[in-house]
Amino acid sequence: MVDRVSVGVAAFLAVSAVAATAYAQQKDAAQEGIEAYREALQDGNPAELYEATGEELWKTPAGPKKASLEQCDLGLGPGVVKGAYARLPRHFQDTDRVQDLESRLLTCMEALQGKDPKPYVEAAFTAPPKEEMIALAAYVSGQSKGDPIAVTPKHPKEQAMYDLGKRMFYYQGGPYDFSCATCHGQEGTRIRLQDLPYIPGTKGAAAGWGSWPAYRVSAGQMWSMQWRLNDCFRQQRFPEPVYTSDATIALSMFMAANASGETMKTPGIKR
Amino acid sequence: MKHAMKPAAFLAALLLAGPALAQTKAAPSWGPGADDAAFTRMLAASFKDKGIARIDRLTQDETQAFCSDPEAAASPNAAETRQRIEAANMATVKWPSDGKWLGDWKEGEKIAQSGRGNTWTDKPGEPNGGNCYNCHQISPAEISYGTIGPSLLQYGALRGGDEETMKAAWAKIYNAKSLNACSNMPRAGHMGILAETQIKHLMALLFDPASPVNVKTGPVK
Repeated sequence: MVDRVSVGVAAFLAVSAVAATAYAQQKDAAQEGIEAYREALQDGNPAELYEATGEELWKTPAGPKKASLEQCDLGLGPGVVKGAYARLPRHFQDTDRVQDLESRLLTCMEALQGKDPKPYVEAAFTAPPKEEMIALAAYVSGQSKGDPIAVTPKHPKEQAMYDLGKRMFYYQGGPYDFSCATCHGQEGTRIRLQDLPYIPGTKGAAAGWGSWPAYRVSAGQMWSMQWRLNDCFRQQRFPEPVYTSDATIALSMFMAANASGETMKTPGIKR
Repeated sequence: MKHAMKPAAFLAALLLAGPALAQTKAAPSWGPGADDAAFTRMLAASFKDKGIARIDRLTQDETQAFCSDPEAAASPNAAETRQRIEAANMATVKWPSDGKWLGDWKEGEKIAQSGRGNTWTDKPGEPNGGNCYNCHQISPAEISYGTIGPSLLQYGALRGGDEETMKAAWAKIYNAKSLNACSNMPRAGHMGILAETQIKHLMALLFDPASPVNVKTGPVK
């Protein structure tokens, strides 16, 4: 998978080096350059390669049960992928949990394929088990591209998850006293030259939630929302969030519900 | 899915922080689904130690607990608590041991540029950066600056360098919460992020007449 992607991506990286130079020279020029670059990539987001890999993983029998994921219920019934990502996170009857895409994928991999989720939870984001998760997330999220985000907490556990996400968003800790809100709680601010989405608002929440998973040009990597959140917490100087833990799902619920009604633009592309 | 259980001691530590959490209980900004018990359970099950970033970083001091409900913290009812928290943070400020405020602005510029330190990918024992440009405009030559904090262009030129001004700037860097209880700015000295010498270098970046911060600039292009 990595080889296929790196071949496809080499050309884009060359373009990004040019964009990066402009970035250092003048901020307005940099901003324009990035916008133009994003536009130029609209028909050629390298994320498409991950989507293709993810689709193959979805449809290929694997695990002790030699089954594919095609009967996985992502909330719209077994096997329905189209539009499912735009309606996550949500409460699932069978697990009695509120789940985001990645935790739900683990449930399906365990139930349908007989796989042990543990190595998937514990692997580094750059290790093969996580590459599978990220490719699957790219595929499933691509099947909601252009759909309206439709997440309205109704089930009591969904409402509780939203509440927990809101409280988590404002929770300060660590040596720098940072919370999510330190960077994402005011409108129109940035870190260095990076614009920061205002997560409590609809537009800002959509700019964040609605564009991950995304291909990161500077890193040459495809990142899922779980990876995005993990690196936020790293920069926040927090301890590491457990993959698909409730704190990450709660924040996802907070973002998704705040973004509801806006358009899903997944998989996205970032600098 | 099985998440590693956290030591009971950690949970106990979080619950001990309870009295501070309880202060904002009167009108929390979140719904009942995130009461103290549910939230504490979630935190304990969701994070793990990694490198130097241990789970004890989730245990809040009074300032962090108070500021974690920004609506409540900003309400008129909380004015007295804000003042008390500011005073408590002011009391932590250690003034320069040799009475000298300013170090070398060139070193200060390097510290201001660096954002390294204290993440789980950082190694212990290396000096931390100040993260200053992440949020502030400082030297005019650096156009890659953030806007969460105010611009510091012409900082010393505009304010002069009398004792009171120096003291306020030192206090702000050493412990930003001494002047504004819920400032977004980290408490660089109090939390051990920057050493005294590093703070002096940053002070020089702000106040030294030779520092680019204070160089006269032409009309804004």
